[in-house]
Amino acid sequence: MNLDELYQEVILDHYKRPRGFGLREPYEGESHQVNPTCGDEITLRVHVDGDRVADVSYENVGCSISKASASVLYELVHDTTVDDALARLGEFTELMNSKGQSEGDEETLEDAVAFAGVSKYPMRVKCALLGWMAFKDALVRAETAIPGRTDG
Amino acid sequence: MEAVTKLDVESIRADFPILRRRIGDRQLAYLDSAATSQKPVQVVEAMRRFTDHSNANISRSVHTLGAEATEAYEGARARVAAFIGAPSPDEVVFTKNSTESINLLAYAFQNAAFDPAADPRFKLGPGDEIVVTEMEHHANLVPWQQLAQRTGATLKWIGVTDHGRLDLESVAEVVTERCKVISFTHVSNLLGTVNPTSQITARAREVGALVGLDASQSVPHLPVNVAELGVDFIAFTGHKMLGPTGIGVLWAKADLLDAMPPFLTGGSMIKTVTMERTTFADAPAKFEAGTPPIAEAVGLAAAVDYLDELGMENVRAHEKELAGYMLERFETVDGLTVVGPRVPIGRGATVSFTFADVHPHDVGQILDAEGIAVRVGHHCAKPTCDRFGVNATTRASAYVYNTREEIDRLVEALGQVRKVFG
Repeated sequence: MNLDELYQEVILDHYKRPRGFGLREPYEGESHQVNPTCGDEITLRVHVDGDRVADVSYENVGCSISKASASVLYELVHDTTVDDALARLGEFTELMNSKGQSEGDEETLEDAVAFAGVSKYPMRVKCALLGWMAFKDALVRAETAIPGRTDG
Repeated sequence: MEAVTKLDVESIRADFPILRRRIGDRQLAYLDSAATSQKPVQVVEAMRRFTDHSNANISRSVHTLGAEATEAYEGARARVAAFIGAPSPDEVVFTKNSTESINLLAYAFQNAAFDPAADPRFKLGPGDEIVVTEMEHHANLVPWQQLAQRTGATLKWIGVTDHGRLDLESVAEVVTERCKVISFTHVSNLLGTVNPTSQITARAREVGALVGLDASQSVPHLPVNVAELGVDFIAFTGHKMLGPTGIGVLWAKADLLDAMPPFLTGGSMIKTVTMERTTFADAPAKFEAGTPPIAEAVGLAAAVDYLDELGMENVRAHEKELAGYMLERFETVDGLTVVGPRVPIGRGATVSFTFADVHPHDVGQILDAEGIAVRVGHHCAKPTCDRFGVNATTRASAYVYNTREEIDRLVEALGQVRKVFG
């Protein structure tokens, strides 16, 4: 097994210096996700302002993959449009389900393409997706909380 | 007492083809037997021989194969009964695994609630108490928790000390006259602790409670004699003792099994059936509805033969030595903290630890790259993890086929973990 492929520099860097860490106000949607096989946890908040994801804030405990993934998520989706954020979510999920067959588009996924190697390790894909599942859930909650966006 | 002889690990290893596997370019070091053990060729061969030669359903057909299959299945029951010192094979119920064995028992209490004629020992309600410990595998916690919720009984537990031992001083206080059943782990799957049983069984007798053991981690690793232990029931599973998956055991005293309502109902567990009602077969058939795991029973009997051949005293001695060695080597690793007893007394060769701030998932991944298989996570003992303030641990567990050299490799590989995450 090629460990360097799994634990890329980029991943280790995000793990050691997570971006956007901490829970912040204001927020409209919050989600708590647990990986029942290992006990990893994340609480993630989404602040939506109009059609933009104004902030994503989170606190988590977990392995390097799950923590780095949340950090990369923050970089990709905060201060972007909801539509773009959903597009990144779709792309990242697809990359994680690619079983090592996809390299990911660096133009759109940026640092997240470093997770391409993780998709070869089925036991770790869940770690990488934990924060993204929380983001998806929190966004749905935020949209139901904001009047006028429920049918959108 | 039998003289303890050393296991011939080299020749044991030759019986386990999987140990010759390579993970990438590394030789496998399998240190995850507390999750599931590997199977020797003798077990696989016994199951193959049965399937190729005698396969048939049991207790139904008059043909030769049916008779042979029945004989093999009942022979396995007798073999298992002898292995644990049970007075009669009829006290051995084959189940799917330990979890099912414990549920079978918990459901006997629950089903008794609906039967006015049920044995009072199984009658549970508000005011009654069920006792477990804070070091249970979820398999010996959740079924009792559910039973308490459904009957209104109260679930209580014996705490765990900072050293990973049961807080036996609290037994008299926790186990009161209202206690109906105590079920506790014989050997902790997370901490490796071997629990002394006499004080708890004595207290159970005093208050008139039933008492039994989750023996999933003890029957594979040390001599277990149910008569000597003086318990009412034990549960264990085949796949952790060199046998196949899909078969577990509930042993309980004959008079208890007689008094217990059945768990699963259907074919093979009846005396007579009309459209209106059914009378049940005697134990153990009463608890074995449907076609049982027949080939698996044959495999389990072969596993028991294998362990008997080695001698359980020798197995225990071998693992005690490995536990001592592992603890000694772990002492030398900077940043490693053992979760559980740190001395090889009253503990098995299952050792959980945390390593600096590195998450167990990451530890396990790097070890895997070195060919070393350990378990990472909460080990289905989340409340025990909480007790020690950890989310997860890395757990190395040794068995009859493990060597000191494999432990050396584990310790060396931890250096690699430090290199990546340091």
